[in-house]
Amino acid sequence: MTEEKTVVLGVIGADVHAVGNRILAYALAQAGFKVANIGVLATREEFINAALETDAAAIWVSSLYGHGELDCRGLRDQAAEAGLERILMYVGGNLVVGKQDWAGVEKRFKDMGFDRVYPPGTMPGRAIADLMRDLGLVNEVD
Amino acid sequence: MALALLMDIGSTYTKAVALDLEKAEVTAAARAPTTVQEITRGLARAVSELEKQLGGRPDWCHRLACSSAAGGLKMVAIGLVPGLTAKAARWAALGAGARVLKVYAHELAGREVTEIEALKPDIILLAGGTDGGNRRVLLHNAGRLADSRCPAAVILAGNKAAADEAASLLAGAGKDVRLAENVLPELDRLNVDPARQLIRQVFLEKIIHARGLDRTQQYLEGVLMPTPAAVLSAAELLARGTAEESGLGDLLVVDVGGATTDVYSICSGQPTRAGVSLKGLPEPYAKRTVEGDLGMRVSAPALYEAAGPRLAAEAAGMEAAAVRHYVELVHREPFLLPAGETQWRLETALAVLAVRLAVERHAGYLETFWTPVGATPVQHGKDLTAMPLLIGTGGVITAHPDPGPLLSAALYREAEPHRLLPRAPALAVDRGYILAAAGLLAEVAPDAALRAAKKNLLHL
Repeated sequence: MTEEKTVVLGVIGADVHAVGNRILAYALAQAGFKVANIGVLATREEFINAALETDAAAIWVSSLYGHGELDCRGLRDQAAEAGLERILMYVGGNLVVGKQDWAGVEKRFKDMGFDRVYPPGTMPGRAIADLMRDLGLVNEVD
Repeated sequence: MALALLMDIGSTYTKAVALDLEKAEVTAAARAPTTVQEITRGLARAVSELEKQLGGRPDWCHRLACSSAAGGLKMVAIGLVPGLTAKAARWAALGAGARVLKVYAHELAGREVTEIEALKPDIILLAGGTDGGNRRVLLHNAGRLADSRCPAAVILAGNKAAADEAASLLAGAGKDVRLAENVLPELDRLNVDPARQLIRQVFLEKIIHARGLDRTQQYLEGVLMPTPAAVLSAAELLARGTAEESGLGDLLVVDVGGATTDVYSICSGQPTRAGVSLKGLPEPYAKRTVEGDLGMRVSAPALYEAAGPRLAAEAAGMEAAAVRHYVELVHREPFLLPAGETQWRLETALAVLAVRLAVERHAGYLETFWTPVGATPVQHGKDLTAMPLLIGTGGVITAHPDPGPLLSAALYREAEPHRLLPRAPALAVDRGYILAAAGLLAEVAPDAALRAAKKNLLHL
């Protein structure tokens, strides 16, 4: 059933970190998801357009260069405007500059409308397991 | 001697060439004004002129034509997101040689349906959603078209998971509906050829009859395709070659006409510089663009408008007012041929502007993003900087005593480094104006067509 589900994947903003993006794409495909990978330097609009055409179940935003907070602001509202009110949104990476309290960072991103927020060093498997659960596919992983 | 009669029924002229298949050469060429009311009269005149040159009526082994008369093949393209399936649908229609009247995106509104009814397209290409992607918009738009009074054939080339249901909505309302593979099956995979084939088929089955082109039967075996499709086919053949005969590799063709300027690029257009990343929809390997506002006669005022007085004056080396005066003259008298040095200079200037602007719009460009690690160039569209060959065609280029400077207007400009224009291509002219004829002949004798097209090129 998971091959029906599409995840839009990309690195948001003026961020050119391509390696993690490829690893995530590979891990998602291995887990049976269809991946619409829009790559690095992705704009909010590109995430939304890709999700619209592919009827994606989730948008996965990576940000590795510390400016994710500014880039991600408005993504949830724009998705809602485009008719994607129910789409799952995850974000992860080096979301902010410097050593900040994680709980505070997570809260700020959740307030922006992200369903799940991951700190640096998260393994892809953890987010994929969460996605399976959020999509009600959990039995298939057991 | 095996001779083929190849005709191009254009909006102004009906052109005919006799092509010797063994020698791969044009043995005679003639033209007559296209007779819009009764297409066969102009056709008969061009053919009899040709036969006069040949000294009798030869035993033609093929008699084929393409046509852009009576407004060409008129299409409307519909998709979901403007930059994704709507764009892919537009490319498929352009690649089939159509005149794309308008492109629609998202769910069609009532007034948009009314507009489509008024536009009277021959064919509607309906896309939307990647395979397994969005279904709702395709179904909504199919329903809207089913309820409309538009009699156009609908080619459905959207999300395969919704295509059958969408097709039965349309068929249930008595529409002529055909199913093609999705023009954008995945976000990063363009698939325009199946839709192109189907457009061609509908053109053969229906449009030729609707245009009265089937009355040409006593002269011709058939009108096979819209003229731009024939030129695109010739360009592809020239680039790729056949099993027997090698092609020329990547190439760019500029066709400057009275009403439009068409540009065809046969190349992948991948970045040629290291460190450049590619954005947006992948572009077709055989890509056609058509500029309805860039032409030498009907569209001359729009061309002047698009270029602006400064660029126009620069191209002519004269006052902008002189260019504008000439533009008004040729617009009034579309059959006028330039006479004298001043008119030739102005005619040349218009062609330079048409080539420059049309290739500029066809080519990709670089956008610079500033990131914490410095400037990062991002490419949109095709990189043509390493293009090895540029071919010019269309009346003004093929008839010009010195076509080099016209074609050079397409080249890379140091002052605009973001435009990915050809840097140093070899330049050539479609001397006998036969690319469309070669594209037609390619249907029945591809090797001879390729040899003729190659032989006919005048390398500058």
